[in-house]
Amino acid sequence: MIKRLKSNKMPLALLVGLPILLSACNDDEVEVIREVIVEVPAPVPTPVDVSYEITITNLTNAQPLSPAAIVLHADGHLFSVGEVPSVALEQMAEGGMNAGLLALGMASASGVDAIGPGGSETISVTIQDVTDAKLSVATMLVNTNDAFSGLDALDLSTLAVGDSWSATAGVYDAGTEVNSEAAGTMPGPADGGEGFNATRTDTGYVAMHPGVVTVDDGLTNSVLTVQHKFDNPAVRIMVTRIE
Amino acid sequence: MNKLTRICAASALVFASNHTFAADVTIEIQNLTQGMYFTPIAAVAHTPDASLFELGEEASPEIQEMAEGGSLAGLTTIATSISADVLAEPTAGPLEPTQSVSGSFMTADGNTVLSVVAMILPSNDGFIGLDNWTIPTEAGTYTVYLNAYDAGTEANDELVGGGAPGVPGMPAPPFLTLGTDGSGVTAVSTNTNVHIHPGNIGDDDAAGGKSDVTNSIHRWLNPVAKVTVTVN
Repeated sequence: MIKRLKSNKMPLALLVGLPILLSACNDDEVEVIREVIVEVPAPVPTPVDVSYEITITNLTNAQPLSPAAIVLHADGHLFSVGEVPSVALEQMAEGGMNAGLLALGMASASGVDAIGPGGSETISVTIQDVTDAKLSVATMLVNTNDAFSGLDALDLSTLAVGDSWSATAGVYDAGTEVNSEAAGTMPGPADGGEGFNATRTDTGYVAMHPGVVTVDDGLTNSVLTVQHKFDNPAVRIMVTRIE
Repeated sequence: MNKLTRICAASALVFASNHTFAADVTIEIQNLTQGMYFTPIAAVAHTPDASLFELGEEASPEIQEMAEGGSLAGLTTIATSISADVLAEPTAGPLEPTQSVSGSFMTADGNTVLSVVAMILPSNDGFIGLDNWTIPTEAGTYTVYLNAYDAGTEANDELVGGGAPGVPGMPAPPFLTLGTDGSGVTAVSTNTNVHIHPGNIGDDDAAGGKSDVTNSIHRWLNPVAKVTVTVN
């Protein structure tokens, strides 16, 4: 005769069977298996990696793109037309320095190098357990005073594993440095001048960029030439969720 | 959860089935440029067989007076005559760079497409345009980006002048900082139909040069405006 005492009301409970042998007076032996319910803390689930590959393609003629900032954030915006830019955005847009933007994310990743005209780079970023992050991307057009391109707060919640999203992006003006195009004011190879400068000398708000004028189109003191002109879009961005 | 979803789906269906007759629509228009201004905007819901302007066709006199001087008088008269729904505030100030304006209307039966126009300043006859965009039948928020068009009715000389139809030059309201004594960028408009605006040239000489606009400020790249339409 085997008697089982069962309980399974706690799904996370650990069942421990303790067979107890009871000797009866006679030859009969009654084995009773008692199951003892032991409550244990819910196990910490193994973190699940949610990974994306972001491919950035430079569509300009002669505007290298600074190492891209890839930022996964919970809410808010990295930049927004009409809003006052953060110092982190200003540092990226004037000097190609992306550390400040990267620090804003729940997870983030940087491009390893500048992306030359016609070039592209695929950057991976991984976050654990979050599938509804916002993705922002930012990169400077380095032969400008404060032009940048990118993506603000793309909702990733509908992107399943294997899905891709692709779009082209226009060029924004950080509004923090006047577009003088003058010698010594732009960090890219066309000038080799100053990058970030904390003093703000322009409108003070983010807008779509009006384009560079260049010396060839009538801005006498510009060190840029027709080679550096750009139009919208300037960048293609493809996002693929890989796990 | 499921019940809520079904209720939502059912109400969306009600909206969809009613929509060919009327829609509760909110429209927000943002100036995306860094240095250009828009004159007061007209947003018009009308029947698909009507049209405020057509790319590749000659601008109407009403579009001309809007594009050259910012006047909405002729367009609102037409809109009224075709029983369109109009969102416009002709006496409003200019829409400054990156600023937004919004309004709501209940569109009447059959007014299923949306057009939006406003003059771009400073320019000779540049305007933002949305032409017969079908208002979606499903409730939701939709975004449309607008290009800058050239009405083709006036040469882009980029000189301070007048805003009345046929008067050369650009209107020069006091909020604009413009140059003087330019010699004129051009005296002709090669394409006299509505077309994509080639953009301002400008110069960096405030008291001379070819143009009275500033080349590092009064230029733009498309798109120049963002229209956010919410179908309630």
